[in-house]
Amino acid sequence: MKRIATILLFSVWAPTGWSAGSAIDLLDAKVNLEDTASLQRGAGLYVNYCLGCHALSFMRYDRMGRDLGLTNDQVSENLLFAADKVTAPMDISMRPEAARNWFGVTPPDLSVISRSRGPDWLYSYLTTFHADPNPSRPFGVNNVVFSDVAMPHVLAPLQGRQEYVRGEVPADAREVHALGLAVNGGDILVQKSATMSDGSHVPVVDRLTVTEPGELRPGEYRKAMRDLVNFLVYVGEPSRLDRQAMGFWVVLFLIVLALIFRALYKEYWRDVH
Amino acid sequence: MKALLTGLLEWTDARFPATKLWNEHLARYYAPKNFNFWYFFGSLALVVLIIQLTTGIWLAMFYKPDAELAFGSVEYIMRDVEWGWLIRYMHSTGASAFFIVVYLHMFRALLYGSYKAPRELLWLIGVLIYLCLMAEAFFGYLLPWGQMSYWGAQVIISLFGALPFGVGEALALWIRGDYVVSDATLNRFFSLHVVGIPLVLLGLIAAHIIALHEVGSNNPDGVEIKKHKDANGIPMDGIPFHPYYTVKDLWGIGVFLVLFAIVVFYAPEFGGWFLESANFVPANSLQTPEHILPVWYFTPYYAILRAIPDKLTGVIAMFAAVLVFFVVPWLDRHPVKSVRYRSKLFRLLLIVFAVTFLVLGWLGVEAPTPGKSELGLRLGELYFAFFLMLWVYSKERTAAFSYGLFLALVVLLMIFDSIRYDESKQALMMWSALLPLGYFIVFLLLPVHTRLNESHAVPERVTS
Repeated sequence: MKRIATILLFSVWAPTGWSAGSAIDLLDAKVNLEDTASLQRGAGLYVNYCLGCHALSFMRYDRMGRDLGLTNDQVSENLLFAADKVTAPMDISMRPEAARNWFGVTPPDLSVISRSRGPDWLYSYLTTFHADPNPSRPFGVNNVVFSDVAMPHVLAPLQGRQEYVRGEVPADAREVHALGLAVNGGDILVQKSATMSDGSHVPVVDRLTVTEPGELRPGEYRKAMRDLVNFLVYVGEPSRLDRQAMGFWVVLFLIVLALIFRALYKEYWRDVH
Repeated sequence: MKALLTGLLEWTDARFPATKLWNEHLARYYAPKNFNFWYFFGSLALVVLIIQLTTGIWLAMFYKPDAELAFGSVEYIMRDVEWGWLIRYMHSTGASAFFIVVYLHMFRALLYGSYKAPRELLWLIGVLIYLCLMAEAFFGYLLPWGQMSYWGAQVIISLFGALPFGVGEALALWIRGDYVVSDATLNRFFSLHVVGIPLVLLGLIAAHIIALHEVGSNNPDGVEIKKHKDANGIPMDGIPFHPYYTVKDLWGIGVFLVLFAIVVFYAPEFGGWFLESANFVPANSLQTPEHILPVWYFTPYYAILRAIPDKLTGVIAMFAAVLVFFVVPWLDRHPVKSVRYRSKLFRLLLIVFAVTFLVLGWLGVEAPTPGKSELGLRLGELYFAFFLMLWVYSKERTAAFSYGLFLALVVLLMIFDSIRYDESKQALMMWSALLPLGYFIVFLLLPVHTRLNESHAVPERVTS
């Protein structure tokens, strides 16, 4: 136990594969919760592509419909595939043990994933799947921000086949590390820095490029992923828009109250010298 | 109507000291008229306490202290409970606000010597309140049952395991009620968080106020207003707490509530400082998160713990860093209370201490690199050196005393550094040694050769 505690105290800091990607600059998700149309498209994508495996157990269909400007009938007709009642939570019917057999891990519930990972990470994750011929990869794909992820690229029909094209690394580079991601036309660049034997740094650029088109063009796919991430940010905290709208009036009221208190204080203290 | 109310009051006064209590603690409690900004934080602490108690009661109506249900019940509060998100954010923001207010309240006491005679007991009760608050925050942080809740508790409880002779292991087991943090731990932490500690806390706060009203408030000049009374026995520099300070504190409360509401409505996570992102992942005893770190109000002590290579020494240093506050009234025996009339070096000493505390707090959330660990260790030395200097500055010291102590401290530093000597960090250790060395040169030797450590004359009555 003592040893475990020591390990906990002093070595948990070593980055694990679990989120090794978060150390690099991510793509900006630019989410906008006031864009209801985007949230509705995101909900559609989620229900069609994600909800088979990833539950949103803390989210109810009818609440989602209300917040996204949809009637219960609209929700029932267009989004309610995995449950019977519109008041039900967005659960999945896949058993966790079966999921573990198929994927090696149980696909996590994503109700609050946007709060633990952040929108930029999710956006970068969803856009950087690429083909990986390494036979150790069960589904033939890998991911730039979450390497060796167990999830198959379920959105491949939309995105098409994305290849990872390595940039040229100088032969005598001592070490190469990733700096960040950037969008360049239809491609996503993985910007790296090579440290040379004399200590100088040379930029290296890897490229993610779509070689077999899917249903969407690269720009459209990124826009769709933005919608999906937007939806996940909403699901992470459904009360967020209420909170921000209400906050303005609360703060305004408290400022007025504070000023009244100040006037009261000044009035009472006039005779204190 | 008025006659009826007066009659009711008389009836009550004959049976309960209502008017007496009102007068003793408010209407005829005479506080110095020169309170400044720093004196808002006592009443603000009471306001935050009330926020925490009321929001806490409502949270407990919906929260489930069960390892299977806890995480979900918090999300249930955030989504399905009417106004649940507001109550929860007020409570989580209130926890951090409590510590901000209490740290400023404690620093006020250091600034104006509020712990000195006759207020030693008042200070002691205050330190007990601070300890209770830390326990309350620690127990409460487990309840959301996220990854950081879980592993934070795991790490902190395991610290007790560092105690020797098998005592530590047994103690850690007793606290957890299991071999790892589990459902049993969650249940007892819930009980302590909502019943045990709050009861003790309320009792101590009552004692703190009773003790304060017995000895009377200190003030920014650090002079006793009771020395100069008018014909009626009322301190000439005192004003009745009510209505003067009740209305002044209302103004402070107004400003506080504006800031509080801005955080609650616009930045409840406060960039990860108040609510950590890893805590939105349910507790998992099989997966250690990438970083384990306590919430910001514990990080200065956590930085001290981590900076010391030997675990038991680290744990002792960490607890000592908290407990040392108990002896402050007996370390600092200087007759001048307020920083206004103490020396320039004393003022610098306080500033350096505040900066040390803040930088340690920052280091506590950073991943430790060799440089940062070394800085943490040196700042830990400065942290304790502050309390030593409080004692040294209690009276005029001779040149022989100052040089003797300086040499003793340098030797002590060298012994300590040779124990923890690490060849790979040699240069780092030598450079960083300039920090304590410079500190001791400034605070021990400058008083011998300059007049920077001379106090000023304290006025007879309060100024302004």
